[in-house]
Amino acid sequence: MTKVTILQFPGTNCEYDTQYAFERLGAKTEILWHKADKVPQDTDLLVIAGGFSYGDYLRSGAIARFSPVMRAVEAYAKAGGKVLGICNGFQVLTEARLLPGALKRNEQLHFLSKHHHLKVINNDNDFLKKLNVGDVVNIPIAHHDGNYFIDAVGLKELEENNQILLRYTDAKGNIQNPNGSVESIAGICNKQQNVFGLMPHPERAMETILGSDDGVAMLQGFLKA
Amino acid sequence: MKAIVNISLKAGVLDSQGKAVHHALESLHFNAVKDVRVGKQIVLQLDCDDKKKALADVTKMCEDLLANTVIEDYDIELV
Repeated sequence: MTKVTILQFPGTNCEYDTQYAFERLGAKTEILWHKADKVPQDTDLLVIAGGFSYGDYLRSGAIARFSPVMRAVEAYAKAGGKVLGICNGFQVLTEARLLPGALKRNEQLHFLSKHHHLKVINNDNDFLKKLNVGDVVNIPIAHHDGNYFIDAVGLKELEENNQILLRYTDAKGNIQNPNGSVESIAGICNKQQNVFGLMPHPERAMETILGSDDGVAMLQGFLKA
Repeated sequence: MKAIVNISLKAGVLDSQGKAVHHALESLHFNAVKDVRVGKQIVLQLDCDDKKKALADVTKMCEDLLANTVIEDYDIELV
């Protein structure tokens, strides 16, 4: 059975949604408080859940990056362990330099909370292997600082290494950028393809009664066959 | 000693807040404004008399935590 460990910082607010989502898919879960100095040994996937770690003071994710557990997360990632950062978790991963780039304030300066479509750009990884390249999924976004930025050199590297996983689109798959993100990027991975980050919330799209169950196919890729 | 750290988005990184403020100033007919950048200021009270050491320490603070050097520049003033 897949074991998913979910990090909880002061201000995290999506840990229980994330737990619900993975348990619904049949995983065993554990919520780990940020003071922990190690990651449970049997962890198959570590999730940095969404929310507002440390109130997003200074910058989103900037303070969480120095929580004791982050040293263990860095070691886990460097040893090849799989890490998924959702929303604030994505911001924490860029602040920790486990993923390249940074998240800026949304271009229109509004907090955005709505369903948005995403197109799968690369599925040659655990995260999106249950989907096809070009698939369009409907996943909620809820962020104030989701405007992904990377310089031209970094962008070229992302493209060359197939690290761009998801782009914001409309229902037909045409680019539709909600927040000013460079090249409409919604999610990326690291070069080694074991650290993933995205601004949208797949854990909030697990049942059609909530508007979409497209999150199921996204998160299923992490489960052991 | 006091260290005043000014942090702003790097040149070339679009500053949406600066742009919004610029538009507002234009609508108030302050037409001489060519560009606006919005930053933040962090004031640190230091228990340190050695300017060189203070500068080195605050630089390290900026690099590690206070600024995100992927998108932000910082400057330090000691008073």
